[in-house]
Amino acid sequence: MSSGYLIEVEDLKQYFPVKTGFFRTTPLKAVDGVTFKIKPGETLGLVGESGCGKTTVGRSILRLYEPTAGTVKFNGEEITEKNIAVHRKDMQMVFQDPYSSLNPRMTVEDIIGEPLDVHKLYANKKERREKILALMELVGLNAEHATRYAHEFSGGQRQRIGIARALAVDPKFIVCDEAVSALDVSIQAQVINMFEDLQQKLGVAYLFIAHDLLVVRHISNRIAVMYLGKVVEIGDADEVYEHPIHPYTESLLSAVPIPDPITARQNRRIVLSGDVPSPMHMPTGCAFRTRCRFATDKCAEECPALADKGGGHFAACHNR
Amino acid sequence: MGEEYILQVKDLHTSFFTDSGEVRAVNGVTFNLAPGKILGIVGESGSGKSVTAYSIMGILASTGRIMSGEVLYKGQDITKFDKKQMKNFRGKCCSIIFQDPMTSLNPVFTIGNQLMEAILLHTDKDKKQAKERAIEMLELVGVNEPAKRIRQYPHELSGGMRQRVMIAMALACEPDILIADEPTTALDVTIQAQILELMQELQKKLGMAIIMVTHDLGVIADMCDEIIVMYGGRVCERGTAEDIFYRPAHEYTKGLLRSIPKADGSKERLVPIAGTPINLLNMPKGCAFCARCDEAMKICLTEVPPQVQMPDGHYASCWLAYRDLAVAQEKGAQG
Repeated sequence: MSSGYLIEVEDLKQYFPVKTGFFRTTPLKAVDGVTFKIKPGETLGLVGESGCGKTTVGRSILRLYEPTAGTVKFNGEEITEKNIAVHRKDMQMVFQDPYSSLNPRMTVEDIIGEPLDVHKLYANKKERREKILALMELVGLNAEHATRYAHEFSGGQRQRIGIARALAVDPKFIVCDEAVSALDVSIQAQVINMFEDLQQKLGVAYLFIAHDLLVVRHISNRIAVMYLGKVVEIGDADEVYEHPIHPYTESLLSAVPIPDPITARQNRRIVLSGDVPSPMHMPTGCAFRTRCRFATDKCAEECPALADKGGGHFAACHNR
Repeated sequence: MGEEYILQVKDLHTSFFTDSGEVRAVNGVTFNLAPGKILGIVGESGSGKSVTAYSIMGILASTGRIMSGEVLYKGQDITKFDKKQMKNFRGKCCSIIFQDPMTSLNPVFTIGNQLMEAILLHTDKDKKQAKERAIEMLELVGVNEPAKRIRQYPHELSGGMRQRVMIAMALACEPDILIADEPTTALDVTIQAQILELMQELQKKLGMAIIMVTHDLGVIADMCDEIIVMYGGRVCERGTAEDIFYRPAHEYTKGLLRSIPKADGSKERLVPIAGTPINLLNMPKGCAFCARCDEAMKICLTEVPPQVQMPDGHYASCWLAYRDLAVAQEKGAQG
């Protein structure tokens, strides 16, 4: 039964109906056939530009949306509408905006305690209180802050509250959706370190969704690159960064501003022309061909599949 | 003497008056900008970097006021300008582009209308000439089919295109200074690369000076000749890009550089700066950074550090740098 993987996502599709006429709706293919696996205690980084579907992938895995097609397995067991209530205890989420993801009318104690209430994880009030204080200590919050409200905290501290809430049910897998993007650099480093410490201590696996490529490389074991609803490249983090195969990954990485003046000035950017096409009017064949330097006729006809280019490094490109 | 610099900011203090008291957003900022140079102002949220930019442009919110200090443009103090002079200064001498290209364009007017407004206001061109100029500007910033675009509304353009339009607008009257307040923060990396490339290209072509306000150390390293690091409304350190990145002297700058992941992919643990950002309503007596500084000394708590010139010529405002320099000088005198 056990395949050694914690999370197996198989050909996941998530379409949203969009009204395009009075009677007509057209599906917007936010996620279009995504497949990947995550081992226990591993971090998979998911990168891509806005609108590429990376957040939707995270949410579909947790069944915050009902997927259009495809399966998600947790520990080898397929997640369905029926058993998701049980599995929510194993899979949690940390959101981007620490300002809007915490209820302003609840105290920190109640925010962190809510998942405990929902899953009835305590015998009496004393145990509930002890668990909450232990969680607060785990994420570096003072016990005396338990009775305060979210607005009394800074952005970094609020993100800690959000993380404590996710950890309350002792999950095996956390989706971190741009969890450090809204924070200042000095605070960002605190939270990144905390994510790493928690992984070591608790063995939790992360799907780390972010657009800051340097941060993603720092924290991830493996990385998946998405473009317009599809994974175009996936592999070991350093391997993808050092030897990108897909032309999109290549230009994405070359566009990252490097915090080092000499390297930055030597760096040759591969600047992509144009914008990302609308997912409502997807190009035929390979979605990236409209901006690709290597595009050929074949790219317009046939959508390339993810293929192993050696050593577990997969890319979806006809020409590489 | 003043001709050497196009803009000189001297000991600028800007405060906001709120219900909870006076917020000293900028506390004595000093810097010089040479013509045709790119100056970066870097800092975290609340460090006063945007307020410094808005003070120069004279576009502070109604609760904000420049308390003291001088902003000299070609030797003239613009803080003493009246409304009419200021109107002339903005757009013609100095322009600004903002972070969010979605909200800084007016949704009910066409691109062309908004571009022509600036041109008609500041030059004696008639409508037809202004339209030609607008098309020319759009072409310059790399907007395709400019003749068609000027009849379109902002919502019909993508984020990257809107930021290009903003740049075209800002540069339409050929200002000497362009202030860019987080110009690429709202954009995706590949679009950010396009815009940064465009700004560098236009800077070479038109020769204006740029003040780049950002929190992104990567963007700063890539673009800027000179850098100012700000914390709590004060300048911590001022120097060339090499000074700041390779020979940082202020503890805050060092901390910032330690807390970003390295570009070479080493999985070295990050060293964050402890504590939380400063509350501007409750500024400490001494150095603004002392509460988060590992190396803080007694004097840091009570006295604002002086600006010291490091041996390589760049400036830092830190007691530690002051002490080290004094020790070195003493040794030099003895030896």
